[in-house]
Amino acid sequence: MTATAQRTTSTAWQGFRAGSWCDQIDVRGFIQANYSPYEGDAGFLTGPTPRTTALWQQLSAMFVEERARGIRDVDTRTPSSITAHAPGYVDRDHELVVGLQTDAPLKRAIMPQGGLRIVESGLRTYGYELDPQVREIFTRYRKTHNDGVFDAYTAEIRRARKAGIITGLPDAYGRGRIIGDYRRVPLYGVDRLVAAKTAEREALDGLWSTEDVIRDREEVAEQLRALEELRQMAASYGHDISAPATTGREAVQWLYFAYLAAVKEQNGAAMSLGRTSTFLDVYLQRDLDEGRLTEQEAQELVDGLVIKLRIVRFLRTPEYDQLFSGDPTWVTESIGGMGSDGRPLVTRTSFRFLQTLYNLGPAPEPNLTVLWSPRLPEGFKRFCAKVSVDTSSIQYENDDLIRPRFSDDTAIACCVSAMRVGEQMQLFGARVNLAKALLYAINGGRDEMSGVQVAPAFPPITSEYLEPGEVRAAFDRMTDWLARTYVEALNIIHYMHDKYAYERIEMALHDHPVQRLLGCGIAGLSVVADSLSAIEHARVRVVRDATGLAVDYVVEGDFPKYGNNDDRADAIAVELVETFMKKVRQHPAHRNAVHTQSVLTITSNVVYGRHTGNTPDGRRAGEPFAPGANPMNGRDKHGLVAAALSVAKLPYDQAQDGISLTASITPTGLGHTPDEQVTNLVGVLDAYTDAGGFHLNANVLNRETLLDAMAHPENHPQLTIRVSGYAVNFIRLTPEQQRDVINRTFHESL
Amino acid sequence: MTTTGSVHSWDVATAVDGPGTRFVLFLSGCPLRCLYCQNPDTWHMRDGHRTTVDEVAAEMAKYRRFIEVAGGGMTISGGEPLLQPDFTAAVFHRAKQLGLHTALDTSGFLGARATDELLADTDLVLLDIKSWDPVRYRHVTGGDVRPTLEFARRLSALRKPMWIRFVLVPGHTDAVDNVEGIASFVSTLDAVERVEVLPFHKLGAPKYAALGIPFPLADVPTPDAELVRRVRRQFSDRGVPVH
Repeated sequence: MTATAQRTTSTAWQGFRAGSWCDQIDVRGFIQANYSPYEGDAGFLTGPTPRTTALWQQLSAMFVEERARGIRDVDTRTPSSITAHAPGYVDRDHELVVGLQTDAPLKRAIMPQGGLRIVESGLRTYGYELDPQVREIFTRYRKTHNDGVFDAYTAEIRRARKAGIITGLPDAYGRGRIIGDYRRVPLYGVDRLVAAKTAEREALDGLWSTEDVIRDREEVAEQLRALEELRQMAASYGHDISAPATTGREAVQWLYFAYLAAVKEQNGAAMSLGRTSTFLDVYLQRDLDEGRLTEQEAQELVDGLVIKLRIVRFLRTPEYDQLFSGDPTWVTESIGGMGSDGRPLVTRTSFRFLQTLYNLGPAPEPNLTVLWSPRLPEGFKRFCAKVSVDTSSIQYENDDLIRPRFSDDTAIACCVSAMRVGEQMQLFGARVNLAKALLYAINGGRDEMSGVQVAPAFPPITSEYLEPGEVRAAFDRMTDWLARTYVEALNIIHYMHDKYAYERIEMALHDHPVQRLLGCGIAGLSVVADSLSAIEHARVRVVRDATGLAVDYVVEGDFPKYGNNDDRADAIAVELVETFMKKVRQHPAHRNAVHTQSVLTITSNVVYGRHTGNTPDGRRAGEPFAPGANPMNGRDKHGLVAAALSVAKLPYDQAQDGISLTASITPTGLGHTPDEQVTNLVGVLDAYTDAGGFHLNANVLNRETLLDAMAHPENHPQLTIRVSGYAVNFIRLTPEQQRDVINRTFHESL
Repeated sequence: MTTTGSVHSWDVATAVDGPGTRFVLFLSGCPLRCLYCQNPDTWHMRDGHRTTVDEVAAEMAKYRRFIEVAGGGMTISGGEPLLQPDFTAAVFHRAKQLGLHTALDTSGFLGARATDELLADTDLVLLDIKSWDPVRYRHVTGGDVRPTLEFARRLSALRKPMWIRFVLVPGHTDAVDNVEGIASFVSTLDAVERVEVLPFHKLGAPKYAALGIPFPLADVPTPDAELVRRVRRQFSDRGVPVH
């Protein structure tokens, strides 16, 4: 470190309690040594300043235009990078936090290294043409991730992908679900991060040059290059981020620059922020203590940051939209949780982040995620519940499950994927369609809709009535094949993603070596659980077409259904989760990643349902699946609590990438008065967490509001609802998805 | 001998039938035929499932911990629980053994059948007073109002916590005098923790259609906000806490 940098560091860190975080990159150590838990209520919060409101209004006008046209603008000739675009502003004279992905607000960038076809299709959808020179570069001179994947896919994977049994794979779009530790930039400054990375790079010199070591060296070298570009990009906005931030305002700005660099370069499915509020609080609190900042100004900074997070945009295609509807970016920010020393990680800035939902109105992004524990301070719990009742914009995840398995500096990427910040990253794997796998098992690997032989042929079931033992054996064989084909596809995808679309800046903000998680997933859990229950407890007659293909099922008699806290059905769901996880683990993963899985569909439950034929539980062909781990629509007969306790039985240790439950409750179903509603929601969250439930999307809404929003979208520009793992602007969903949301069990009471 | 009852269904609900999150047991059979009844599928005891107290207790036990953490308890509703007083008493007794708060949701029409033992195991009574004027009461429910008022006085003497519930139906129960009568009566009772003014709704209408019974109030509008405010004020003016 230079003498100047050292001097600056000592000023920047003045007033902070020193510790090992001073000598090594250790943001958690810094937070633990310096944060002030806040155990009070929301009384201290302030409303928006005129400056905040004016800025938000300018943007709101642009949103109207954006919604009408799909996108507001796009740069068709500049492949994006950290430094590709000139600085851009919403309102240069009034923005507290500066920086845009391109040179103008809501103007989208192209990121062709992921895949050129996706860029071209995205542009065509909105009436634009790709610059011919860019096309030439990425066809003649530069290969893309997408090209690489299709060079290496097996014929079997292609068939499985086309049939939709393995689906949503990030083989044409960015994998996302990598969270750079953006806090490192304000805490240490780029100089110090470069020095640490240089040391990591030099340590690799001592190792024999195997393929793995060579790749590591190249990757760390790329990370160093990205840090330099980050410094340049910040400089183009007039900020020198070589040294640590010295004030709260700088900390917010530096942190945002780091995140901005990531979203300039990567069109990842989920570009999550991490766990920043309590980190930033240390800076804001120091300024407040020293009289350099007022509460109003602190809130204004948080509002300013959140405004920027709300306008992150990517160019995406209609096919992508069907899977993940509403233009989500998953700027997930994890708030709250308990420290492993028993102190709550709740600070005033945790409240300030939630307060943005009042100051700027409800919104799907950033995806505010509360890490819930019954031990959280009462004032914070009640404020969270109030925000849920008022805005339906936050989701909850079980901190008591996450903390012991990961750490108390863990953040959620995307919807429900936990990872230790700066130490772990995920190789995102979308999901397999388990319901289709059951139908393939019955049909000997033929697709029930097309009749095509997708999986290897084995004898179909030919009996008139389905026999439990025979179906289970066939399903077991089919899922053996499915798990193998699935992990193989993921290995190919992530090999190519590393090679052609490496996340340089995000990985520069991780330690080396990083721990990789292979995020597998399953969809259709409740359909398969109910189908197997029907086969076991009722009689299921098969209807076959002329070619012998089973195309329909007639259920005779009643059977226990998943979602009623009835072990007879719930145990089947538990077994499905455990068994598929075990099968996935049998196949070695790319770069020794640790296998995990999620029970999460996002909005893709609609598309999966559309592509899946009649199922033995009585579900009709094309009917949407339940989202995530939810019971099938209308089959949970004993209320939300019974359904939630069924979901809570799914073992987190066999689904450490998260288990998602979405619930919609009418306000009166929570209580007669606002105070009672808050008390009851807090109680339910405590009890669900206590029961081992992992995730809850809590919507507090009237069905009529949603119907009105379908009919008159212009009256509900900010109506936000939670779907599986994220929030969306309701009016940006497709009509089909809007109907799915409305038809989904609406709990008049909890 | 195990006591059995005729059970319509059970549910776990928040904020509807008593405080917090509750296991709600709906019994089959009711002696009244309220015009606005939202559960016509619970009128006849013969339509319920014969269920033992053990079976109910086993189901309740699954929610004991949840309810303990969330705050709440269990409620017996219906139908009319006091049509099956032995079963109701036995279920409450088991609920108390499980440490659950108990609430009895009743019209009070059969209040005389509630033994002192049953009431000893009852933490809260949700008492529906459907009308004040006896003629109105008979018109709305088909029954007599006196037993309900006597039951209320008995509960008051026992200082048994009560939530008085009043369903507000335009044109049927909303007359100023009728509301005034109830409010004045309630103000003489001890241990009334709150009055719930429940605006009439038609969510039960599909059940009538499914049962092939005409819904008598199909054409009655739900009360507007102004009417609800007025009625709530009539109660609060008497010093009764209103929700």
